[in-house]
Amino acid sequence: MMLSIPNLVILIVVGLIGIGTYALLTVRNLIKVVIALQIMVKGALLALVLAGRLQGKENLGQSLALMVIVADTIVAVVGLALAVQVRRAFGTLDLKALTTLRR
Amino acid sequence: MLHLLTGVGILLCAVQAIRSRRLLVSALWLAGTSALVALELYLLGAPEIGVIELSVGAGLVTVLFVFAINLTGEEASDLKSLIRKPLAVVFIVLSLVLLGILLVPGVDRAAPSAGESALKAVLWGDRQLDVILQAGLVFCGVLGVLGLLREREPEAAGEKKSEEQQ
Repeated sequence: MMLSIPNLVILIVVGLIGIGTYALLTVRNLIKVVIALQIMVKGALLALVLAGRLQGKENLGQSLALMVIVADTIVAVVGLALAVQVRRAFGTLDLKALTTLRR
Repeated sequence: MLHLLTGVGILLCAVQAIRSRRLLVSALWLAGTSALVALELYLLGAPEIGVIELSVGAGLVTVLFVFAINLTGEEASDLKSLIRKPLAVVFIVLSLVLLGILLVPGVDRAAPSAGESALKAVLWGDRQLDVILQAGLVFCGVLGVLGLLREREPEAAGEKKSEEQQ
């Protein structure tokens, strides 16, 4: 059975969101958490473009995808800067060690 | 066929980005994921978004990751997870099945494109608020990074002064 293109893209979206969520649940390194978020957002990006295409409003979906790219980049920038500062202040990137929020 | 290959490549790169132990290698796999997502976007008929994703997602974000990993140093990232992995897998599979049930019926109800305006018109005409929000977001990001990457100068200067006084 040949998959149609929308179904294939939905599989990719579901796969990316699944991998990202799994990583968010299991990973303990702060930088890897940002990587997991990035992977999830890539799934959302593809979903927005596909939704626009399926609804006959391609440009609306694309303009929303553009906004997601900008927001995603800012999230990565702030997350990484936060990781750098956390490493300087606490000497570790392990999330479990950071749960006390004490120096 | 190209869609299938790109999809397999995207998922493979994403899995490797999570699995690899070295953070730098993870960042490079993430860049690969971004590049393949950009290709998929191009294939889906969104070349502008593909180009932006390629330059921002695979370029800028990767540089930022390498910069941050350089500053923080490689740290063992294969620590034991906080929740049990089988439990996480069961939770993810259940949520993805629910997501699939919601998504798949919508695919067959695709509407034809009906005289739509150009991306430029949609972005600058219909979604002005989004553009203003994006500008605000970029400004917040720059301010946040400036604040977060700043060395603790005031505190250090204060300590020096107190040492001099003593």
